[in-house]
Amino acid sequence: MPAESMATPEKSYLEDGGRFRGLFSWIFTTDHKRIGILYLTSVFSFFAIGVILGLLMRLSLIEPGRFMSERTYNSLFTVHGVIQIFLFIIPGIPASFGNFFLPIHLGARDVAFPRLNIFSWWLYITGGAILILSIFLPGGAPDTGWTFYAPYSIRTTSNVSLAASGIFIVGFSSILTGLNFVTTIHRMRAPGMKWFRMPLFIWSLYATAWTQILATPVLAITLLLLILERSFGIGFFEPLKGGDPIMFEHLFWMYSHPAVYIMILPAMGVVSEIFPVFSRKNIFGYKAVAFSSLGIAFFGYLVWGHHMFTSGMSDISRVIFSLITFLVAVPSGIKVFNWIATMYKGSVRVDSPLLFCLAFIFLFSIAGLTGLIIGTLSLNLYLHGTYFIVGHFHYTMFGGAGFGFFAGLHYWFPKMFGRMFNERAAKTAWFIMFIGFNILYFSMFLLGLQGMPRRYFQYLPQFRTNHILSTIGSWILALGLLIMFGNLIRALFRGEKAPANPWGGSTLEWTLPSPPSRENFRETPVVKGGPYTFG
Amino acid sequence: MTEAAVPQHGLTSRLYLLVWIVLVALTAATVAVARMNVTAFAALISIGIATVKAGLVLVFFMHLKHEPLILKVMLGIALLALSLIILLTFSDVWYRWGAHVHS
Ligand code: HEM
Repeated sequence: MPAESMATPEKSYLEDGGRFRGLFSWIFTTDHKRIGILYLTSVFSFFAIGVILGLLMRLSLIEPGRFMSERTYNSLFTVHGVIQIFLFIIPGIPASFGNFFLPIHLGARDVAFPRLNIFSWWLYITGGAILILSIFLPGGAPDTGWTFYAPYSIRTTSNVSLAASGIFIVGFSSILTGLNFVTTIHRMRAPGMKWFRMPLFIWSLYATAWTQILATPVLAITLLLLILERSFGIGFFEPLKGGDPIMFEHLFWMYSHPAVYIMILPAMGVVSEIFPVFSRKNIFGYKAVAFSSLGIAFFGYLVWGHHMFTSGMSDISRVIFSLITFLVAVPSGIKVFNWIATMYKGSVRVDSPLLFCLAFIFLFSIAGLTGLIIGTLSLNLYLHGTYFIVGHFHYTMFGGAGFGFFAGLHYWFPKMFGRMFNERAAKTAWFIMFIGFNILYFSMFLLGLQGMPRRYFQYLPQFRTNHILSTIGSWILALGLLIMFGNLIRALFRGEKAPANPWGGSTLEWTLPSPPSRENFRETPVVKGGPYTFG
Repeated sequence: MTEAAVPQHGLTSRLYLLVWIVLVALTAATVAVARMNVTAFAALISIGIATVKAGLVLVFFMHLKHEPLILKVMLGIALLALSLIILLTFSDVWYRWGAHVHS
């Protein structure tokens, strides 16, 4: 890596808002770093709403009927799922850290299309607002589950069309971000930044961006068909009119399964940055990690049918999809192996970013292994539609992607805001969250094995103990989240000034002051070697 | 695309006309196939013809022919993904009732 001169202090991007002042200097900015911060705040605001809805559901489940009605519960899990998936975890890492660090990692001044970039944030906010509106307008919040399965989604009178339009718009924001990233990675690399000198975070964003471009249009079409069907009764998916409801599931999962990789790949990229820095050792098997990202993205397209084993699709299809599902485990396994091998014989420094990464490996491994259980056709027939599934996908999306997100948040916070957070509070928060998380979701595996179906308001007495356990876990987790965000928000105002390179990282962002200037680099850097220089 | 890469005028309009005639012919073929009652293969044939048509439009009308290799590869990736998705969907639709579909 080149040594960018750490010369006289310039105005940072936080002080230099460009043409506008105040709020306008944020919402009309074209600076990739400010857009990254815009996304970061919006994404975490939606996350907070989603978490509150989740806690309410858990509350209801300790004593069904006492706190809310069945109908409210149905809307809660639907809106919770839709918000957490489409407004939190899919845009999450790429739109916030991706926007902020992609150009810097490449040695560029901005992304390829800065105006398209802010436009995509506007689309995201518009779509999000429409979605929130659908909760409050007459007709009532959607109650179909986040999957909008036909024929119920066609027949229900709740505001499904409005919610679907919101997601439709958010989808375009995702496509534009992907387009922007692919173009930036191809065209804006600094001199000497060869493909295999790019940080691994960029490789994971590259694989993600392709998936965003290729898969999201399928979601757009599916939602459009659903809206058309609801408005004009066309009959694509309505069996009474000769439509095929299973085709809806195909179309839906053609997007939504690759979307799982849109969520997890960037998190894998984040931890691939953190492990070498905190082990003071180069990543083990750079190319294997880079190519396994592409491998995961590719196989991710071909396994959507494993969501539909009990839907009534053909036997041949079920066998094929089960088989391919096992193949996805291979590139994921390669990554886990390489991260651990990176730490082996390194001089490991156990700071909060690394702790979140270790939690990531642990939780993601449970997610992956339970994934193999439900990817097995015969076992799936028993576990489909139970709490086992709810446990599995929270381990993947929250334990995996979510904890990866938090790892990146602690790793890059000093760079983004120029302040240090309290390390002790961060570790305490991490510990409480980790404990709470496992109590909350591991009991769901047990519930699932016992046969407790998901999306149920009421349950039989034998499920009560585990439900109560799970709810207690949710309170512990919530406490941990409060401490974590409280610590970071406090650091924004009261934190010590961060040095340029607090962790001893070797990628390009650490050659810049914290926070960086609006232009990133005074002179375009010339890259002479790989991203990790620990030996 | 750079201007220099565009072929000369007189030559191109003849070529474009030819491509257009082929496109119209293929449309006629699609209609004909739809009436021929070839059941299980109807979708396959229609998708095949549509692919050729889209290919002609891309290559000639949208000048893919003159674009750099990387763009062709990118389009290739998108097409590969799309074909695999369609293929896998048909592993369900064709076999859903045990044997080939009889409409
Ligand atoms: C404190 C945090 C959270 C709590 C307490 C929580 C709780 C729950 C519960 C109890 C359900 C199942 C409801 C049922 O099947 O009856 C559920 C469903 C779901 N959760 Fe969470 N969750 C939390 C965070 C998250 C996060 C971070 C994500 C995604 C990144 C997420 C995504 C989902 C999805 C997609 C569903 C399925 C909704 C549906 O069935 O349509 N949750 N959550």
